[in-house]
Amino acid sequence: MAESTLTHPNNQEPVVFTQEELGWLPWLEPYPADQLTERHWAGLVDASRSKSPYFLLLARDPDVLQARTKTDKDIFYNTTNGLPRAERELAATATSRLNGCIYCASVHSRFATQYSKRKGDVQRLLDEGVDADIDPRWNAIIAASVALTETPISFDKNHVEALRTVGLDDLEIIDVINGSAFFNWANRLMLSLGEPTSPTQPAGRV
Amino acid sequence: MSTTTSDIIDKLAGIAPGTHLHGIRDQRPQARENAQKSYLALFEPEFPGNVSAIERYAIATFVAGLHRQPAVMDFYASGLKNSGDADITETVSAEIARGSTEGPYGHYPPGPLSAEDQDGLDYHVSVTSKGVLGRRIAAALEHAHLLVFRPRDASAAALQKLLDAGWSTTDIVTLSQLVAFLSFQVRVIAGLRTLAAAHEQAAVEIERASIFTTVLASGGI
Repeated sequence: MAESTLTHPNNQEPVVFTQEELGWLPWLEPYPADQLTERHWAGLVDASRSKSPYFLLLARDPDVLQARTKTDKDIFYNTTNGLPRAERELAATATSRLNGCIYCASVHSRFATQYSKRKGDVQRLLDEGVDADIDPRWNAIIAASVALTETPISFDKNHVEALRTVGLDDLEIIDVINGSAFFNWANRLMLSLGEPTSPTQPAGRV
Repeated sequence: MSTTTSDIIDKLAGIAPGTHLHGIRDQRPQARENAQKSYLALFEPEFPGNVSAIERYAIATFVAGLHRQPAVMDFYASGLKNSGDADITETVSAEIARGSTEGPYGHYPPGPLSAEDQDGLDYHVSVTSKGVLGRRIAAALEHAHLLVFRPRDASAAALQKLLDAGWSTTDIVTLSQLVAFLSFQVRVIAGLRTLAAAHEQAAVEIERASIFTTVLASGGI
């Protein structure tokens, strides 16, 4: 075979959910950084992403990567009205926790902590899982994210009602839907194209 | 700012221009526009590479079917019929039934999380179906099932199976994006449809309440 997968026999994968910074190693050869064309740069959106093996791998289909990244940015960074950033990150973390993406959960639990200043509560979601009883508002957002993440999708009018009861309006509910749905996209790429490295290892060097 | 045109998510969620939810979606214009661009990049690609339209629609039909989203599945199945042949469409439909289960399940790297390990269906395309689909599509459906239901079981070995079935590294990136994007798209559609239904129900209840009040006021009861 001309092409084969990359393996990392010396890598010790993290075995718990953590808010620490993890690395990520690809199972397929990323696009060579020295051969990037204009179309690839457009796909990467931010030039700094050319340092990431994950984004360089996805740059093999640059048009999809570009649209994916811009979808991601609007769902999480466009905080004109709607759900506070902390709770969008909470939806991303709950989704990643249920799907089992230790890498994605590490990044977005850090963001959830940064924006909410509630590190202990975020850690309980990681340690206890999606059934953790935190507070009515966070519980409702986590439950909605879980229902959206299950296959088949179990999100129903009771979840909408629960979100309204804790004060979310329709735009904020759409932010929960988008945040969870987007992480069902992101988790599947992260989990299936490579593996995380432990915080003690130098990222991307194994 | 408001758009008067609908995208594929509006169409499949049944959200018409001018409605409440259509207006709310407009408040996330980049997300709306780029979800549509993602769809176009996957199904009407400017540079399709080695991944054929039949392969793209077969995978999308399968993923939507595994999610039990009939409107989305029918949409992609009609794309499959238009670009492929009836046999493939029928076979994909049979494989959806064979692959039907509930997720997410799977395994963690050995350690404290092993307590959460959950076994489930290890799906394989039937020998008969493989004959109709060919080894590339058959391998893609098996990989799609892995990603849909037990993404944490993904492995380099699973990617090697795709390489062995004739998918290149770049093809695999496109295939992975297809399955992952569909997993996003069906959830946005299902979520919006649920929200729209909750809205209609609330509107009906308000209307009923106001009729009741009117009746009361007129001394009808």
